[in-house]
Amino acid sequence: MSSIKDFASHFFVTGDPLIYGSDVAIVLVSLAIIFVLTYFKKWGWLWREWLTTVDHKKIAIMYLIASLLMLLRGGIDAILMRIQLAFPNMHFLQSEHYNEIFTTHGTIMILFMAMPFMFALYNAVVPLQIGARDVAFPYLNAVSFWLFFFGALLLNISFVIGGSPNAGWTAYPPLSGLEFNPGPGENFYLLALSISGIGSLATGINFLVTILKMRAPGMKLMDMPLFTWSVLASCVIIIFAFPPLTVALALLLIDRLLGAHFFTMAAGGNPMMYINLFWIWGHPEVYIVLLPAFGVYSEVVSTFSKKKIFGYKSMVASMMIISVVSYFTWLHHFFTMGAGADVNTFFAIATMLIGIPTGVKIFNWIFTMFRGRIRLTQAMLWTIAFIPCFAIGGATGVMLAIAPADYQYHNSYFLIGHFHQALIGGVVFGYLAGLYYWWPKMFGFKLDERLGVWAFWFWQIGFYVCFMPQYALGFMGMTRRIYTYPDGLGWGSLNLVSTVGAFLMGVGFIIQVWQILYSIKYGERDVTGDPWDGRTLEWSIPSPAPLYNFAVIPHVKGMDAWWMMKQEMKEKPAQIKPIHMPKNSGIPFIMSVFFFIAGFGLTFHWFWMGGFGLLGVAVCMFIRSFDYDTDYYITVDEIKRAEAS
Amino acid sequence: MSMTVNEVVSRFGDRRLHDDHDHDQEGMKILGFWIFLVSDCLLFASLFATFLVLRTHIAGGPSGKELFEMPGVTAETFALLTSSFTSGLAVMEMRRGNVKRLIGWLIVTALLGLVFVGLEIDEFVKMVSEGATIQHSAFLSAFFTLVGTHGCHVTLGLFWMTAIMFQLARYGINAVTQRKVFIACLYWHFLDVVWVFLFTVVYLMGVM
Repeated sequence: MSSIKDFASHFFVTGDPLIYGSDVAIVLVSLAIIFVLTYFKKWGWLWREWLTTVDHKKIAIMYLIASLLMLLRGGIDAILMRIQLAFPNMHFLQSEHYNEIFTTHGTIMILFMAMPFMFALYNAVVPLQIGARDVAFPYLNAVSFWLFFFGALLLNISFVIGGSPNAGWTAYPPLSGLEFNPGPGENFYLLALSISGIGSLATGINFLVTILKMRAPGMKLMDMPLFTWSVLASCVIIIFAFPPLTVALALLLIDRLLGAHFFTMAAGGNPMMYINLFWIWGHPEVYIVLLPAFGVYSEVVSTFSKKKIFGYKSMVASMMIISVVSYFTWLHHFFTMGAGADVNTFFAIATMLIGIPTGVKIFNWIFTMFRGRIRLTQAMLWTIAFIPCFAIGGATGVMLAIAPADYQYHNSYFLIGHFHQALIGGVVFGYLAGLYYWWPKMFGFKLDERLGVWAFWFWQIGFYVCFMPQYALGFMGMTRRIYTYPDGLGWGSLNLVSTVGAFLMGVGFIIQVWQILYSIKYGERDVTGDPWDGRTLEWSIPSPAPLYNFAVIPHVKGMDAWWMMKQEMKEKPAQIKPIHMPKNSGIPFIMSVFFFIAGFGLTFHWFWMGGFGLLGVAVCMFIRSFDYDTDYYITVDEIKRAEAS
Repeated sequence: MSMTVNEVVSRFGDRRLHDDHDHDQEGMKILGFWIFLVSDCLLFASLFATFLVLRTHIAGGPSGKELFEMPGVTAETFALLTSSFTSGLAVMEMRRGNVKRLIGWLIVTALLGLVFVGLEIDEFVKMVSEGATIQHSAFLSAFFTLVGTHGCHVTLGLFWMTAIMFQLARYGINAVTQRKVFIACLYWHFLDVVWVFLFTVVYLMGVM
């Protein structure tokens, strides 16, 4: 009996009232979900319509819901941290709990918020923009989503079971090694990222093939909308950057589970190896999430200025240059490693070089707006707000890229200010612009403009109030990941201001949640399928798009294909033919559950459970390999009925 | 009601590959697999880089020179390179449409692969019994991980090939099984190329 009690006290996280509150909340929400699904007899619907779907549009919606939930979780982490730092000598959080929170905040925001948000946009938009019926590998697409989902779940349960990772979102050894971090927390981190990383890599391959092979007839590469181009560039980086991450995580896991010595301080291990491998992924990752945001800005600016994008070719070229140069910047994350002046110089120059194509893009957006007929919709507001914000983020980035100066502000709050400016100002603003822009296409109604503008201003003001003081704090010597600070350093008032800013952004997010709920009921319905007078093919079909996207595949004659068609006003009665579609499958979901089981087992060193999970994965792959009945056809009658309604 | 693929094929002809709306599904899968191989190359490149950094970090333990027994490794190499050749013969027989010979050559390929894995396990067991374990030094951690990752790939390939053999026996040679055989053999050649690098960087450089 006492052994069970002992086990439970280690298995469940205990001793913190915030955690007990979370336990209760998790149990209540789970029970509520189960009750609602059972009461309304929705289990079958959930399984048939969502859990087994291979439809890219539904997968997009699931990615979106998951990423918004993760934005909430990561945002609560941020608020908790800012409360802890608001005044000197605060005792709101225990130091250990604080370490866990900054670790999960970073991990979740990058990998379980930004990445799925990006994949939501990929899935919602790319096949429609290129005039395709689906992605290249619909089944693999479902696998990717469920791997992400269960990876995120694995990381998230760590805060009530076993304990959260606490070595920072980068998990540098030796701090994250077994010797200094014996609990399961880091294992959760490593396995969650590995599992979801497989899914990300698969998505990269999937969309690269989709874009290369499934464009509508007549659409040349240089006719593609810029968002599709940005996804192509981003996919190339995914394919090249994720394998080193996989290796970094796997080697650290081998160190922790099998007692190997890759990164230990003993037996010849070298912790810097991890840091190099991690950032070979980590810096390109910034561009993986940033480039699609650039794509969104290009679409939005063009549509709401009623002009063709300025400098299309230079836009494409700059994205491809960024995707290459992003590999030659990783070492700027540790100029202080001691690599020597020549190595530091190389990476400093590469880091500054990458600002050039980015600057070209900024000018192109501004020139597109110049003498355009601008409509200040929500999507356009976020785009315009992005430009100065990202310009400041880029400038502080170049400051950090000066290697000798970096010795001064390395790991300081200046750095925190910089990368939040680049990632919120660049990525989050872009994805929100994309969300508002494509929301009618995804759901068939617009999001309320008035509430959106309120949310926008809370975000904007909150952003600058939160992060501008952090630059100053960095120069004043405040370092990142600091738990608390004594009175009399002069940091108190700036930290308090920063905390107020964080709360303002939180209010902005709450307004957005309200905006979505409000608009579900009262939002303006999109009956035309083209609510913004758009330019690209996704606006040529009804909202939300039917299962097969295009009843007749369009023939494309150049850039901004839908705009050209609208100018020509030619309604071509084309013959409808049966449409080839992939069948739904439960295997992606079940296989990912087995991945989760394997990950959970290995986290606790229960090798039997890890083995069982991996065996389940293998069985699922076998069953799929033997399944030859994977597709069907929609008949002409069905298409005609769907198009008429 | 939706129609099954067979119903459509009987009414409209085989649109799966020839309809101008549908894309060449099997060709896309092969392209996707090529891109996957690019990413797998980078996975191995990262492991190779790790090994090269750590290969001299023997922490007072045994070095490659003391551990590696070249006869066994040479036999492994011989088995794997030959199996790559026989998998090529299998694809050739597939192009000729001879399903029995195709399966036959796949069996030979798989058996040679099995020999390779067996010899590698034997090598690992010997090293561990001599006390050269993954926990001993950074060099050995890198060695077991790099060579073991390749071995895991080969083992996976064996299961994969076995599954495809059953499918060939059941469905014969058609567009789908053809693609599956082609991809599996592509994978097999890739592992062969990786082994050539492995043999050079780990074993030859190790004993020199």
